[in-house]
Formats: sequence, structure tokens, C-alpha cells
Amino acid sequence: MSGLTFPLPPVERGRGGGGADGTAPLDPAPPPPPAPPPRGEESRVAPLRPRRALAYLQAAPLALIFLIFLVIPLVLTGIVSLWEYNEYEIIPALTLQNYADVFDGCLSADLCTTLRTYLSTVKFVALTLAITLPLGFAIAYFLAFHIRSGTVRMGLFLLCTIPFWTSNVIRMISWIPLLGRNGLINDTLRALGLIRQPIEGLLYSDFAVVLAFVHLDTVFMIVPIFNSLARIDRRLIEAARDCGASGAQILWTVILPLAKPGIAIGTIFVTTLVMGDFVTVGVMGGQQIASVGKVIQVQMAYLQFPAAAANAMVLLAAVLLMILGLTRMIDLRREL
Amino acid sequence: MNVELIGLTKRYGAAIAVDGIDLKVPSGAYCCLLGPSGCGKTTTLRMIGGHERVSAGEVVIGPKAVGDAPPAERGTAMMFQSYALFPHLDARDNVAFSLKMRGIGKAERRAKAMAMLDLVQMGHLAGRLPAQLSGGQQQRVALARALVTGPKVLLLDEPLSALDPFLRVRMRVELKRIQTELGLTFIHVTHSQEEAMALSDLVVVMNAGRIEQAADPRTVFERPATAFVARFIGGHNVIRLPDGLVAVRADRMRLGAEAGPSAVPARVVAVEYQGTSVHVGLDADGLERPPESPAALTAILSDADFSARPLRPGDTVPVGWDEAAAHRLDA
Repeated sequence: MSGLTFPLPPVERGRGGGGADGTAPLDPAPPPPPAPPPRGEESRVAPLRPRRALAYLQAAPLALIFLIFLVIPLVLTGIVSLWEYNEYEIIPALTLQNYADVFDGCLSADLCTTLRTYLSTVKFVALTLAITLPLGFAIAYFLAFHIRSGTVRMGLFLLCTIPFWTSNVIRMISWIPLLGRNGLINDTLRALGLIRQPIEGLLYSDFAVVLAFVHLDTVFMIVPIFNSLARIDRRLIEAARDCGASGAQILWTVILPLAKPGIAIGTIFVTTLVMGDFVTVGVMGGQQIASVGKVIQVQMAYLQFPAAAANAMVLLAAVLLMILGLTRMIDLRREL
Repeated sequence: MNVELIGLTKRYGAAIAVDGIDLKVPSGAYCCLLGPSGCGKTTTLRMIGGHERVSAGEVVIGPKAVGDAPPAERGTAMMFQSYALFPHLDARDNVAFSLKMRGIGKAERRAKAMAMLDLVQMGHLAGRLPAQLSGGQQQRVALARALVTGPKVLLLDEPLSALDPFLRVRMRVELKRIQTELGLTFIHVTHSQEEAMALSDLVVVMNAGRIEQAADPRTVFERPATAFVARFIGGHNVIRLPDGLVAVRADRMRLGAEAGPSAVPARVVAVEYQGTSVHVGLDADGLERPPESPAALTAILSDADFSARPLRPGDTVPVGWDEAAAHRLDA
């Protein structure tokens, strides 16, 4: 295929490699000599243990990286989220006050700040998914089923990555001359006489935020969905046509179900990216729109680390719950 | 329903895959398209099934020419090589798929699918996904899926090639049983002459996009039309005589004292024991070896004859044949 495949979770890969190492060399081994049966038994069992150790050894570097850069920081964040703080110092004493602050007022009838912020962020997740999912699927479908040449496919994939050739901040700022009050779009529309007053909502609005998210995140939908689609046996589509299925029926009953793992992975990517974002919402929303990431960033800026940590833990739990819900719908482990 | 091909041609750019073939398959016949890979047999099958556009010529199924009609409107169904079962559907839903596409209600299509699965003896595994079935079981499901809409013509693309030899023979019997039971026209693509001989009423031997011979298996074996057919069908020696080519069945070759007056001396180059028979490879002066063949001639002796007069590689023995067993070839 194109060589662009979606990487499997590294832990899986380590285990797979180890497993293959553990079993493959056993096959060509000659049958145990019948003469001394106890020794024959021994020679069949003995090599297993060093091989398993080797498998663990192979997985160790990655496990170590995860331990140092994921597990330990998470544990530290969890600990700090339980500490007290005031205007000028952090006190290592256990308290649940930070969590109580996060959910302050949430039991009353009105929506508390945290809940409103989460709703706003989830709204962006939903809007972004609603656009990137069909868009990413369509592009992936085009790449997988309509492009025959591997070189052309590679070229088009590179085209999809162009937004990532520059820094995030520059990407954001570049929208301003296009969408601004006196930007290209407003000027053009005015010059054409289609509008009198510039359209205000183009920049620093929900529209701008979603636009930027779609621009950034569609490729994270394309790659896993493409990977799923590329693995569909073309003969299945012929078989479906032979069974009398129309184009739409083939898409709905054969291609979509088989693309489910890719769709799920893409959805997880986009969800986590949007949930944790603070830059895009900040810049494109003109610092007027709240998001969970933004709240954490502000608290960090004021050195309220325990509060930020507590918010981060709540965000983590929320995202994990969403992913858990997704994996309930699609058994990713089986589909991969 | 009978199937007729008239000047059927498939071109891929300048390359010709199928070169204007004419063929009549009578209704209810078991027809095998036989030939080496790349001879155009699969392309022909796919054109009959509507999976490949026809470059020129016509496919007539039953009373009407089907032109470029989609597969489902032709009254044909295809069983794909490696089965192409839908991996996300269990056996029953795979079989019910085409009924679902036709908008038939759930209860009815499930009942029909179960009846079909019972016909191929897979009823007890209806709830399994294809990945949980063995090759032979997958093939039965694929057969049921192809049959469920009641096609008049079943097209099979190398249906047995993915099975191990024992299963292949069993499924062969099964295919023949179902074909006879349902009275359908089967068109079966294969590169195995043994399969074609065992199954078909009509063997169509193809080579380089053309039909070399189309006849019942016995005629093809007794009177191969061309040197290609004689070589491909096996069991023949193609011998160049001063006045043309003849094919002589390997089991009609005579060695030693029986060789007759026109015998020539030959060297034994190979002896293969096959159980009921022994294959003896022979080289003789003035006889060319066919390409990829270990010897110029093969003689098949019964094991009794062989053990009465054993031969070893390196021996020289007179070789000849019954004049009556020599069949003159066209080219």
C-alpha cells in the first residue's frame, strides 16, 4: 500500500513482536528424539522462559518511557491536586478543597462555571466531529478506492499534512487576514456588492474556533479511516454488487461497518485533541470563549498549581469516560 | 438456463485477454473453463457475471442478451475465489445479504437463509463469523450465499483451489450433488484438469484468450483437438511424425517386446511409482523434450506389468505404440 499506516498502540506491538519471537523458532525444531524421553521433554520446555524474558526486555524501553513521561507525571499531578495552596505558597497537606472548588455551586439549580465550561467544550467536540467525520471519511474513501497509483496517494497524503508544516500559532494568526473585519473574505464580498457591512462573526467566534479545529484535526480522522478502508478486500465489494447491492447499500452495509475501527480511533483522536485544547479556542475565540484547557492554563499562569491539577484530573476522567463509552460501542481490541 | 457467448472479446488497452470466443453452454450443464493462468478463463467468467465490461461481442443468458446489465439482473450468481464472505456478518447474515438488499423482511430472509445453510449442511454453524469457520465451511457458506436468490446460472471462480486435497475431493462431490439436485447451469473456472474431468459435462479448454476445444471430458481426453489440449489435459505424449503431430495416450505406449515393428530405442530417464501404476520417463533420439517436462515421452505401466519387467533409469528399451491409439492433431 502506501506505506502510511496507522501505528498500533506501542504496547500491543511490543507484545506481538515478543509473541512471534517466542513461538516462531519452535516450529522448525526437530521432533524430540525418542531415545531419552525426559531430556526431550526438557529441551522443549526450557527455551520458553528465556524467550519470554526477551520479550519483556524488548518491551522494556517503551514501558520505561511511559513510566517516566506518563505515569510518574500523572501520579505527581494527582498528588499536587490534593495539596492546599494560598496566594504565595503551596502547602503539602491533604485536602479535597481543590475538587470542591472545581464543582463549586454545581449542586444548585443554575449551571456552575465548570459545567458550563465543559458544555461549551463538549459542544466544540460535537461540532468538530460532525464535520471532520464525514469529511475525513470522504477523503479517506477517495484516497483508498479512487486513487490507484501509490505515488499519487502519497502525494495527496503529504498535501493533507501541509497545515502541520508551520507552528500552531502562525497557523492561527494566518486566519486573521482572511477572516478579519477587513480581511480578504469581507473585502471581496463588499467589493462584489454582496454585503454592505462586514460580517462580524467570521473571526473571534464559535465559527472561527470550529473552522480552526476542522482545519487541524481532519487529518487525524483521515489516516485511521484510510487505514481501515485500505484493508477492505475489494472482492467484498464485488460480492456485494453480485448480491444486488446498490452503491449506497454497499457503503452502508459493507464499507461503513468495516471502517468502524478507523472511525473509532479517529473519533478518539479528535475528541482528546479538542477537549484538551486551549490555544485554538483562545486565539480563534478572541480570548472570549471558555474552555476547560483554557481554565487550566489561566490557573497555571496564576501559579495556582493545585487548582490546575485538580481541574486536569477532572478533565482526564471526563475524556477517559468518553473513550470508554466509545470502546463500549466498538470492540477495538478485536477489530485491530 | 443456457448461456451463449458470441464473439466475446475483452481488451485491456492493446492487450487482448479474451479473443472473440464463441460458446454454447446448454441449460443444466456443468461446464468447466479450463486453462493455464492468464488464458482468459476468469475474465470470461467475470464478463458472464457482469463484473467486467465486454469490449466486443455478446453474452446471452436464456432468451436475452444481457449487455451491460448489473450482476443481479442477469439471473447469475458468482462464487468468488477465496469466497469473499463479509467478515462482519455471521454465516446466516452473509447468506441473507442479497435478500436484505432486495428489501425482504427479516423473518422471511432469515428463514430462507437457514434453509440454504441446511442444504449445504451448515445450519448448525449459522451464528459463526467467517473468521471462526474453516476453509471448507466458509466455502459452503459462500455457496449458500450464491444460491439463496435462486439464480439460474452459478459462476464459480476457482472454488476449490484454496482447499486441501482431501477437502477438495469432498467439496467436488458436493458441488456436483447440488448442481444435479437444483438442475442449475454451473460454469466453473479451474486450472486443474482433474477437477474439470471429474465434474463437467462440458470442458472448455482455453489458451491465450481463445478456446482450443469445447467438448465432453471423454472426447477431450480421447481426441484432443490440438497439441496444447493434449499436453494440458495430461496423460498424453505429443509426438512429431514426418507427416504431422500425433497424440498417444501414455497408458497406450508399448515397451520392450510388445513395442511392435516401428519401435525405436529409448533411454529410461525417470521411474515414478504411483501405487496402481508406474510412470516411466523416456528420451529417444530425434524426439524433442516438451518445455518444463522431465522426459520426451512418458509411458504409464500398470504396477503388475512393471514388476514383471522392471526398468531402471539408464536402461535402454524399445518403445512404440498401437497405431490405433495414435490420434492426429490439428496443430
